Amino acid sequence: MIQTVIEMMSHVFIQRAILVGVLISLCAALLGVNLVLKRYSMIGDGLSHVGFGVLTIATAFGATSPLYIAIPCVALSAIILLKIGNNGKIKSDSSIALISSSALAIGVAVTSLTTGMNTDVCNFMFGSILAMSQGDVILSVISSIIIIILFIVYYRKLFVVTFDENFAKASGLKANRYTNIIAVLTALIIVIGMRMMGVMLISSIIIFPAISSMRIFKNFKKVVVSSGIISIVSFLIGIYLAYLYNISTGAMIVIVNLVLFILFSIIDKIIHD
Amino acid sequence: MDLIQVKDLCFSYSGEKGTLKHISLNVKKGNFVTIVGENGSGKSSLIKCILGLNKGYTGEIIKEEHIGYLPQKTEIQTNFPASIEEVVLSGTISNNPRSIFYKKEDKERAKNTMKKLGIYDIRKKCFADLSGGQQQRVLIARSLCATKSLIVLDEPTNGLDPNIAKQIYELLDKLKKEEDITILMVSHDIDRALNYADKVIELINGEITFDGIPANYKLGGAK
Repeated sequence: MIQTVIEMMSHVFIQRAILVGVLISLCAALLGVNLVLKRYSMIGDGLSHVGFGVLTIATAFGATSPLYIAIPCVALSAIILLKIGNNGKIKSDSSIALISSSALAIGVAVTSLTTGMNTDVCNFMFGSILAMSQGDVILSVISSIIIIILFIVYYRKLFVVTFDENFAKASGLKANRYTNIIAVLTALIIVIGMRMMGVMLISSIIIFPAISSMRIFKNFKKVVVSSGIISIVSFLIGIYLAYLYNISTGAMIVIVNLVLFILFSIIDKIIHD
Repeated sequence: MDLIQVKDLCFSYSGEKGTLKHISLNVKKGNFVTIVGENGSGKSSLIKCILGLNKGYTGEIIKEEHIGYLPQKTEIQTNFPASIEEVVLSGTISNNPRSIFYKKEDKERAKNTMKKLGIYDIRKKCFADLSGGQQQRVLIARSLCATKSLIVLDEPTNGLDPNIAKQIYELLDKLKKEEDITILMVSHDIDRALNYADKVIELINGEITFDGIPANYKLGGAK
């Protein structure tokens, strides 16, 4: 195994993939805790489909760095979705489903009109962490560091707002501001995470680590820390197995997450029975 | 001295019930004030106006700056992974809102409050795993971390069995007498609320129909 790891790490593209993957996994897990607790689990899925739609349109118009166009568009969708969730006439689960399937449909239609289902499109759908350009790597690293810093700075307030929005407002916190911060950061992680996990699989690295750690831990700080660890460990095992057996990296990461979730559920059963 | 003064308050949600019509009231320091009324009479709307959660009202509200609020329970809290300690500590958030971490004085305050309310020994337990009565005790502790003078409670005994509800009232009574905490509470558990209140305010359809001491209310001062 050590031999394989050394061989793996000798490739520059794998070194890049691991750097970016660890950071994205950590960020996705941190935001995931808040999203899962706020019952916004499906938002990651919805936003990634919006991201796909925007990317195909941007590519069709010949944009050289479509990610820079996708980030603001997806951020805007995120804010709208979270707003709808708070006070809309359409319930948030239906609105996410509406927006996500529409965006995916537009993306697929644009693809058919332009390039057709080529490898680029497949990479968007299922991820291609091993084919990241240097520009993608820099963007991902900077975004991840911003997310981690903001999460730490706002940790206390995010807890209060997530646990009890009315109490937070009565204490003078601008609860909507923190909801918007979560929305924008989620959009950011979705867009940069799409390169790694793909449109179809990105939401899993947001949801799985939080759900797994909540099986065992009953304390917010422990849930946050353990989600981050679970996410990074799943990524590392995933990319190792993907390399070893030549399987899609994104898919392998999701499967490792699933196995850990089952394992944690069993441990939870044993502890609490 | 009045901790809360409301003058000629009018409020309505866009086209919904819960409308408040020309409400005027005051809450004196050291008093236990209970607002009673049917569902939809505007009790919760009134509380939310006082706390600044409802915007767009007319009239005037003068209030204490730091109010400890105990809202109604939300669905999110039923399986939220948070320890008692984390919940109580979060009550101090408005004391140092700009700080990134909790300060030592905040932690000290949370610790003392938990000791006072008899939940310090179970502080590592998960909030969601507690009984309804214990949860209210924790939320009262949290509200006490946010204020030194006034707590506002929205139906704190809702869904509790009568014995436990009585313990919550006794706790509030004790806080009033020993810690000089002023209490404003919304309740539809009228009989018991009257035993502990210094003043009763009755709301019917968004209007005040009674404002006075419990003894007069029992005599049929209203309805």
